[in-house]
Amino acid sequence: MTILSIFDIGLVVLILAVGAASIGMREAFSAVIGFVVYGLLLSIAWVRLSAVDVALTEAAIGGGMTGMLMLGAVARLRFAKGNDSRTSLPVRLAAGILCALVAAGLAIAVLSPPEVIPTLAPMAMENLPQSGLGNPVAGVLFVYRALDTLLEKVVLILALLGVWSLAPDRMWGGIPGLRVYAQPNSKLTFLAQLLPPVGIVVAVYMCWVGAKEPGGAFQGGTVLAAMWLLVMIAGLTSVPSISQRWLRLLLVAGPMIFLAIGIAGMVLANAFLAYPAGYAKPLIVAVEVALTLSIGVALGLLAAGPPERVQRP
Amino acid sequence: MRLVLDIFTVLAVSAGAFFFLAGTVGLIRFPDALTRLHALTKVDNLGLGLVVLGLLPQANGLFGALKLVTIWLLVQLSGAIVTQLIAGTVRQHGPRE
Amino acid sequence: MNAATLFGLCGAALVGLGLYGLVTNPEPLRKILAFNLLGSGVFLVFGVVAKRAAASGLGGDPVPQAMVITAIVVAFAATAMAIALVLRLLQETGRSTLSSDTSAATDTAGADS
Repeated sequence: MTILSIFDIGLVVLILAVGAASIGMREAFSAVIGFVVYGLLLSIAWVRLSAVDVALTEAAIGGGMTGMLMLGAVARLRFAKGNDSRTSLPVRLAAGILCALVAAGLAIAVLSPPEVIPTLAPMAMENLPQSGLGNPVAGVLFVYRALDTLLEKVVLILALLGVWSLAPDRMWGGIPGLRVYAQPNSKLTFLAQLLPPVGIVVAVYMCWVGAKEPGGAFQGGTVLAAMWLLVMIAGLTSVPSISQRWLRLLLVAGPMIFLAIGIAGMVLANAFLAYPAGYAKPLIVAVEVALTLSIGVALGLLAAGPPERVQRP
Repeated sequence: MRLVLDIFTVLAVSAGAFFFLAGTVGLIRFPDALTRLHALTKVDNLGLGLVVLGLLPQANGLFGALKLVTIWLLVQLSGAIVTQLIAGTVRQHGPRE
Repeated sequence: MNAATLFGLCGAALVGLGLYGLVTNPEPLRKILAFNLLGSGVFLVFGVVAKRAAASGLGGDPVPQAMVITAIVVAFAATAMAIALVLRLLQETGRSTLSSDTSAATDTAGADS
């Protein structure tokens, strides 16, 4: 048994323990904190599975962004009339047995891999040199399965529309109900002044380096969104109302440019979302830059929630 | 030379891990929020500093080393400010029990 | 047992754990959390499939990895939508649970009269 496998076992035990704690905790606040820790531990597991791109995404979105959303919800739900009656013991027991069965079924599937393990890696790698990209995951996202990536951006915008439309009618086009802690000259103000320049550089770096090493539009966009939220929460910029034209333009810029290049590919390269020979890398980088901006704005607005105030004229 | 650097890395990272362990014990054992924060910030900053110091010889060139130092600085900055914010909230509203 | 299988078993256990939380916890927010746990367990199993299919000198098959990245982002979008729904429920009814059981129903009736 090597040191690494001892590390792996310890990591798995820790992940399961923190996961179980965040399910079983009585208080919602502790459960959410547990969930954030769980997300960070899980991203280490992703590194151990040689998926550094996924690890970055899990840490940024799975742990960070989701955790922030849930913490905000816990703060609002604190004084809500809850339902104290917990599920009765027989029901919990039955649920436990059934869930254990599901887990056992999955475990059997994991323990008995097929004789010939299916892999798409050679096909994905075959197309990689033409695109000029060095990161195989970016190659899959923007060349091999570009349609998935495009549709996912559309899903992000649809979800945002869904969140917005949960606002009462009179609030439509108003300002999202992000909680702002605007105390001038507080420590938060200091952090919100110092961190964003660094964060923006990190986001640009992640987006740029994503072409040949782990990183990319998702991770960079999440960092951008986090910086934007920090500045808004500290009260250094006001939360924009969702009817602002620049906001909506930024939101759709990424998917629109992606789509435009895709349609241009039908004329120039004979297939939807195909890139003309020799221009693949600059086009992909252009798409990534636009997508980073759009993802940043979309994630930030998703975290900010539905509009709750109407702008005073 | 390589061996000396490797031994240095093992020693420094182990020391850092020990400080992290001590900080975590403090987090679990100490009675209230302020003392817990004290344990976390003091000991974990030292631990992280030692881990980063230990990893510097293994870094991927000057650029990699620079990245490690940047990570250290960012954690110091955000850790210190978040601790201040939590402590401020505890002072204002009292500990939540 | 190699590392991939170990993390695969971890993913399977997480799916069971998340499912249990989803079924037994009455609060919607906790259900959302449990659902995210379930989802990340599925992603982990997917990552193990990717790791096993390592070929062409890569650490893992990039196709499932890219799909997991897409899935994490979509899961976040769905979570944001679900949390907005819970908060809207709070705005409308002042309660954080879906009152299906009788005690909660009589409680509302008592408040109305």
